[in-house]
Amino acid sequence: MVPISYYLVLSAILFACGVAGFLIKRNIITIFMSIELMLNAVNLTFVTFAAQWQALSGYIFVFFVMVVAAAEAAVGFAIIIAVFRTRETLNVDRVNLLKL
Amino acid sequence: MTLNLWLIPVLPAAGAAINGFFGRRFSNKMVSAVALASTAASFAWALLAAIRLLGMPADQLPYIERIGVWLRSGDFVVEYGFYLDHLSMIMMLVVTGVGFLIHVYSVGYMGHEGGYYRFFSYLNLFMFFMLTLVLADNYLLMFVGWEGVGLASYLLIGFFFLRDSAANAGKKAFIANRVGDFGFLIALFLLVKHFGTLQYTDIFHKVAEFSPGIESGAGLLTAIALLMLVGATGKSAQIPLYVWLPDAMEGPTPVSALIHAATMVTAGVYMIARSNAIFSRSTTALAVVAIIGCLTSFFAATIGITQTDIKRVLAYSTVSQLGYMFLACGVAAYSAGIFHLMTHAFFKALLFLGAGSAIHAVGGEQDMRKMGGLKKYAPYTFWTMLIATCAIAGIPGLSGFFSKDEILWQAFSSPHGHWAFWLLGITTAFMTSFYMFRLLFMTFFNEYRGPVAAQHTSHEAQPHAATASAEHAGHTHAVPPQAPPTNAHDHGGHGEPHESPWAMVVPLVLLAVLSVIGGYVGVPKALHGGNHIEHFLAPVMPTITAEAAGTAHGGAHPEQEQSQAAEDSSLELTLTGVSVAVAFAGLGLAWLLYVKRRDLPAKIANSLGGLYTAVLNKYYVDEIYGAAIIGPLIAFSTRVLWRGIDATLIDGSVNSGAQGVREIGDSLRHQQSGNIRSYAGWVTAGAALVILYMVWMGTR
Amino acid sequence: MSHLILFLIFAALCVGGAINLLVQRHPINSALSLVLVTGSLALIYLLLGAEFVAAIQIIIYAGAVMVLFIFVIMLLNAGAEEETKGSRVAILLGVPGLILGLSTATWVLATRYPGPGSVIIGQLHGTAPGMGRLLFRDFLLPFEVTSVLILIAIMGAVVLARRGSD
Repeated sequence: MVPISYYLVLSAILFACGVAGFLIKRNIITIFMSIELMLNAVNLTFVTFAAQWQALSGYIFVFFVMVVAAAEAAVGFAIIIAVFRTRETLNVDRVNLLKL
Repeated sequence: MTLNLWLIPVLPAAGAAINGFFGRRFSNKMVSAVALASTAASFAWALLAAIRLLGMPADQLPYIERIGVWLRSGDFVVEYGFYLDHLSMIMMLVVTGVGFLIHVYSVGYMGHEGGYYRFFSYLNLFMFFMLTLVLADNYLLMFVGWEGVGLASYLLIGFFFLRDSAANAGKKAFIANRVGDFGFLIALFLLVKHFGTLQYTDIFHKVAEFSPGIESGAGLLTAIALLMLVGATGKSAQIPLYVWLPDAMEGPTPVSALIHAATMVTAGVYMIARSNAIFSRSTTALAVVAIIGCLTSFFAATIGITQTDIKRVLAYSTVSQLGYMFLACGVAAYSAGIFHLMTHAFFKALLFLGAGSAIHAVGGEQDMRKMGGLKKYAPYTFWTMLIATCAIAGIPGLSGFFSKDEILWQAFSSPHGHWAFWLLGITTAFMTSFYMFRLLFMTFFNEYRGPVAAQHTSHEAQPHAATASAEHAGHTHAVPPQAPPTNAHDHGGHGEPHESPWAMVVPLVLLAVLSVIGGYVGVPKALHGGNHIEHFLAPVMPTITAEAAGTAHGGAHPEQEQSQAAEDSSLELTLTGVSVAVAFAGLGLAWLLYVKRRDLPAKIANSLGGLYTAVLNKYYVDEIYGAAIIGPLIAFSTRVLWRGIDATLIDGSVNSGAQGVREIGDSLRHQQSGNIRSYAGWVTAGAALVILYMVWMGTR
Repeated sequence: MSHLILFLIFAALCVGGAINLLVQRHPINSALSLVLVTGSLALIYLLLGAEFVAAIQIIIYAGAVMVLFIFVIMLLNAGAEEETKGSRVAILLGVPGLILGLSTATWVLATRYPGPGSVIIGQLHGTAPGMGRLLFRDFLLPFEVTSVLILIAIMGAVVLARRGSD
């Protein structure tokens, strides 16, 4: 018997790691990976609650999150490639031309 | 049957409008034709209205004509109304009649000036406002005329606006008037508050519910009367607001004659006479009026003795005579005051016009020390001025004698009168006679003391004595016709002094005739006359004898009254004799000092030393006002109101508001750093706050 | 008891992978850690009885998305991260925000859900037939919309990643 809160705490920790990576890392792709990590953490939360309450709609939501994550990943990479072509760098600190 | 009184003010207004808008393109003839026609038409219509009024039965008076509603606020209504009774009839005829004569005079006098059309436009505008003032049927419309004549006076005093002194004099007149108007306005507010109306008949009915003399201390009617007096002192140049009238001599001489002698300055007297119902019920107010009038006349006469500019002497003389009128009103002898107003209009206008003629004769010089001997050069001017001087001095048989004597008698004998008033009045009469004959002798007798320029080209070479602003300015004949007005009166190349053109002489003669015969409407009972004017004005202002008889005796005791009357009559004759003697004494003294032994005045002046200098400098009143009132006011306005409040506070707060917004914008701008990681930081912080909020909501 | 141990093992794998993702300098290492994390998560889903979700987690996340990540890393030849000046704001605002969020969540989860929830490992729940019924009956519209979404994403990706100027 594993209490539900353990799963939820795990999800929180994973989410925190994702946010930390989002803040700390300098490589665009790594930042992107942190975002995916956050999405995964959220998925875990959904699945946990779905299992607790025996509600299948939780799994449906997880399904949709994954679909959207995949689409987002595709478009995001396209953007990264476009930026890389013009700026020749993957360092997010160098992509700062939009400053006021 | 309507008298169509509205035509009387509107005709000059139309003349003013036509000349004002189109006069620039008219020839001088056309401008004067328009101006004279409108004034003459107004006079003719006024005469017609007066004749019809005299034919009306007594119960139809006062004749009121209402045109429309001006403003309405709850129960308070003000209408455009015109009011004709015997008082306003006299005023109306004086204004239009004397005004017309002065217009005729101006055609000759201002013929060479620039801005001809402007002058006549302003003059007609003045007539319009003055007629509105005397014909109004409520205080508010009178106030419109009151303010309007102040405006016209400002425009006309500053007619030669390129001259600093003239512009400043115009401003001074307007501001001094404004101070008085403030008092008048507060009186109007009190009237509205307590009586709910500003219409004459309504107010006088309501005031009549107070019995006469009931308020001897402070009270509503006293307050109203005193505040009205403040307005009157401003308009009629009494202490303390008389300071503008001497400076107003900067304007052209016809202006001085019309506005500052015959009509505008009498508006204050008219207002007090019109409000006699209010004044008579407050003995305090009456006393204040009498004291101010008496002191002013004495004070101004002392200054008039020392002045050397011919127009200044006449200006102080005007202030002094207005003091007499106020004295008359202050002892509740209103009809005497109005009588003197009428005769004064005649002879003072004549004096000013004659002075203008004399100035014209010597080519622009106004200092009497440089005139002299004009008797033989300008005979018409001399004879008419002689008549006017005798009238003002109170020589028996002329109009001034009857009116001034009536005032002095009432000052002595009226229930509100006092022997001190009579004493000061008689002293002032002596001084009046003295300085007026001094003016006459210095100007017309002995030999001509002015420079005689032989050639046309030497205008600039003529020494212009710089006594208080003579009517000079720089000028050559190359000045184009529409140039702003300088003063073309020193056509120095005329050589000898000369008589004025017919346009100027005819009004002089007419006014001289009026100065002689104008007094015969008011011959008192003591001299076996009917005192017609007092009876004429009796419906408007109850005579004092009637009131005194009513209150003091209570009943009819014919014998007692008759002996009383006889006693009064002999006293009156005695006092009249004293004033005649005083008038001749003044004449004699002036003859002595200015014809016989002309070295004496200088010696007397030297021996009086400081006192003489003080009087010569008008007791330094202007300087005192400047230091005590105007200086601090300007300093306060500059330092506190302008720099302190306006620049620092108001501008500062608005500017700092804008500055603050700019600074906020500046600081917020730094958030858009272009650095993606800082955006990430902001997003995280915001998300944390949202989570916190939702948790808090969920756990509540 | 064994359930707990299993859970703890997989949880440790997850957390370890996540921390490794943060620590590594080269993105390829981070990518591989992320693969580990997604795989462990799939196992945890199985523990919770969600076999369908576990399956699609492996197929889509670990199988497609992560492979896409690795393709891109290789394509762009991303090297190790270099040191650049970071953003003060990120550290000043982000880290406290993170800590705030984390502690709040933990507090809530720990105190508010003591409760009866516990999972019996292996009790299958989210099986394919049930999911199919939901997907194609109750949630049909969102399902079709997501297909449109994917179509758009494909078109967007193709357009964006094209070489400019033709």
